[in-house]
Amino acid sequence: MIKHRARAVMLLIIAAAIGYFVYISQNPGSTHQFRLGLDLSGGTHLVYQADVSKLASEDIKDSMSSLRDVVERRVNMFGVSEPLVQTEQAAALSSKESAYKLIVELPGVTDVDEAVRSIGATPSLEFKLLTADQMRSFQASSTSISSSTELEAAYLALFKPTGLTGSMVAKAALEFNNTTNQPVVGLTFTSEGRDLFSKITKDNIGNYLGIFLDGKDISVPVIRDQISDGKGQISGTFTLDEAKKLVRDLNYGALPVPITLISTQTIGPSLGEASVKGGLKAGVIAFIIIAIFLIIWYRLPGVVAVVALGCYIALNLAIFKIGVSPALFIIILFFGVLSIFWHRGFLAGIPISYVLLALVPGGLSPVTLTATGIAGFILSIGMAVDANILIFERMREELARGASIWDAMHQGFDRAWLSIRDSNTSSIITGIILYEFGSSAVITGFALVFVVGVVVSMFTAITASRLFLYAVAPSRASKFTLFLVNNGFFRRKSSI
Amino acid sequence: MWVIKYRKIFYSISGILVTASFVSIAIWGVKPGIDFTGGTLIEVAYPAGRPDQTKIASQLAVIDPVASIRSSVTKDGEEEFIIRMKPITQAEKASVFSALSIDAENKAVEKNYSSIGPVLGGEALRKSLWSIALVIIAIVLFITFAFRKVAEPVSSWKYGLVAIVALIHDVIIPTGVFSVLSHYAGYEVDTLFVTALLVVLGFSVHDTIVVFDRVRENLRLGSGNKAFSQIVGESISQTFTRSINTSLTTLIALIVLYIFGGSTTEHFSLALIIGIAAGTYSSIFIGSPLLVTIEKLGSKGDSSGKSKNKFSQ
Repeated sequence: MIKHRARAVMLLIIAAAIGYFVYISQNPGSTHQFRLGLDLSGGTHLVYQADVSKLASEDIKDSMSSLRDVVERRVNMFGVSEPLVQTEQAAALSSKESAYKLIVELPGVTDVDEAVRSIGATPSLEFKLLTADQMRSFQASSTSISSSTELEAAYLALFKPTGLTGSMVAKAALEFNNTTNQPVVGLTFTSEGRDLFSKITKDNIGNYLGIFLDGKDISVPVIRDQISDGKGQISGTFTLDEAKKLVRDLNYGALPVPITLISTQTIGPSLGEASVKGGLKAGVIAFIIIAIFLIIWYRLPGVVAVVALGCYIALNLAIFKIGVSPALFIIILFFGVLSIFWHRGFLAGIPISYVLLALVPGGLSPVTLTATGIAGFILSIGMAVDANILIFERMREELARGASIWDAMHQGFDRAWLSIRDSNTSSIITGIILYEFGSSAVITGFALVFVVGVVVSMFTAITASRLFLYAVAPSRASKFTLFLVNNGFFRRKSSI
Repeated sequence: MWVIKYRKIFYSISGILVTASFVSIAIWGVKPGIDFTGGTLIEVAYPAGRPDQTKIASQLAVIDPVASIRSSVTKDGEEEFIIRMKPITQAEKASVFSALSIDAENKAVEKNYSSIGPVLGGEALRKSLWSIALVIIAIVLFITFAFRKVAEPVSSWKYGLVAIVALIHDVIIPTGVFSVLSHYAGYEVDTLFVTALLVVLGFSVHDTIVVFDRVRENLRLGSGNKAFSQIVGESISQTFTRSINTSLTTLIALIVLYIFGGSTTEHFSLALIIGIAAGTYSSIFIGSPLLVTIEKLGSKGDSSGKSKNKFSQ
């Protein structure tokens, strides 16, 4: 008895610590805040279809990853906090034309048009001017600015657009500098570009002409002479591969793989905020009503169930924060089952595998909560009670058969376990299929939360509920203690 | 056990509901969401007063003749329009918004915007149908496996079959209700609805298995020479309170979510409420009684008339 009480107190302290972690890590600045999906934080979700039909099949993988890199660079330039750019290749059941997709998520961005333009654009090659005087005064003042990013921003802001851009480049070619043998990119302008280039170079001798690729300055040569033949050269500090890539980009358009926008979804921030508030309110109210119901109907075991449910919620929320990959579920389940049927020592496998998984990149990224994820969590609070109810009902039957309180508890847990195992396994199967075949973040977000909920509820039912019940169970059977551990209000015939 | 005794009444109640659902689906069909068909859904608010709906409709008809406009009022009393039309590109979006603002007369503020291409829509539909089919197949296999040691008097795959009948019942009823709601209130069947159905499938099987599990245990305990129907009856009554209480707590959670959860999950939680209510009904009044019916059909030719229940290892 004392042993059970000591363990129960320990478990309560651990649960309280987890709960405290969940609470304290919501403070601004914490790295473990809940990660909210776009539908809650507001933002834009774009899906592009990548046309790989012109690529050799062995090149597809590389091209898609370089597509990802290019788009990510452009999105980052857009100044979005924590954008997500990912490719989806040959996902289950996608049709041939949509087999390769690029997904871009821009939290907080509501000016989609601008974002879409900058993603789908051909490489933005721009020629911008900086007068020699400005350059001198900038260099003189540069010592007064300490931050290097500020310095760079101030520097870039000095350049004036000339109207000459990459769209006026007729042809780009890989060339080599005669003296240094460095790779350079030779440009041939269109007739329109040739005239403009000629005019710019004529009017600005001695000034600087900055060459910008995707907003970044790659070289800033001094204009020495008027150039009227429509030919230019970009000589940065390129490696051969970079020069080749730039040539290809300029000749064939921006992206290594042509993309078309097939889906745009924008969620205003107010709607997301309403969902978060509503979900939070619903969760609290649902918990209170369920707690009242459990305590009235199941009395002492009901109180135990409510405490266990509290542990369940704390543990679940903590998992959302620290993240869990589907692989970890399987491991937890595996070691959990081993520890129940074989030896307690297998429980040690769970933290060990967690540490190992933490070494895998992205293996432990937080669960992204969506509106449906919150709904799934609230649903799981209702369902998590099930294991407790199964156990308590079993206890009542044993008591009715005349078992002692202690025996009834043991029997109750033992007998209920098979039902708990089989019924939850079917829920987990459903959850996994949903996760694998979910067509959008809305569904996979729900499925992940649902599966986490089911696994954690099984775990808390057989650990927390059991331990707490053992700890508080009255040892002597009197009319009052029997009333306490019994449940319901209708006398039921023991056999029908 | 009264559930077994009056099972024909319970079958009829379900029969009526399922038939009504089928009729509703046949007459009105369901309205697929844009995430299945492809299309554009725009929710706009007018802080400076909402313009006349017919005015906007005539402007929009120029861009898409079959565009539909629905007016709605949010919980905060904000008046909005919800526009549904063909998929549009970013370039077209600008002209749609100028139409919605009646050329800057009443400025429309975008609250929600989604445009989904038909390719992606087809994919979502295919994935949804596949996941429903896979869940059903996986569940039959799982039940057949979990009850593999039960062979008499009803073999284990029949437990799976009965669970499927219960599942179909649980999926048809919410679909029927949504078909009625789509006709009268413009409710849509979208990927979220399908997710709700899949959860209902999971929950319903969860529930059905608990009763089956009790039948399995009582068969193993070999309660003398009791008739199979009596064993099933006892199993139902032993799990009755549990089924009701679990569904009750789940329904409490869902009803609270429906009331307070915000507009995004409103229809989702409604579909779950209907489905889980149907699922609880089916696991008590349809699933297990059907086992008895199957057993009775199987033993009709049996001359002894009384079914034996042997537990074969």
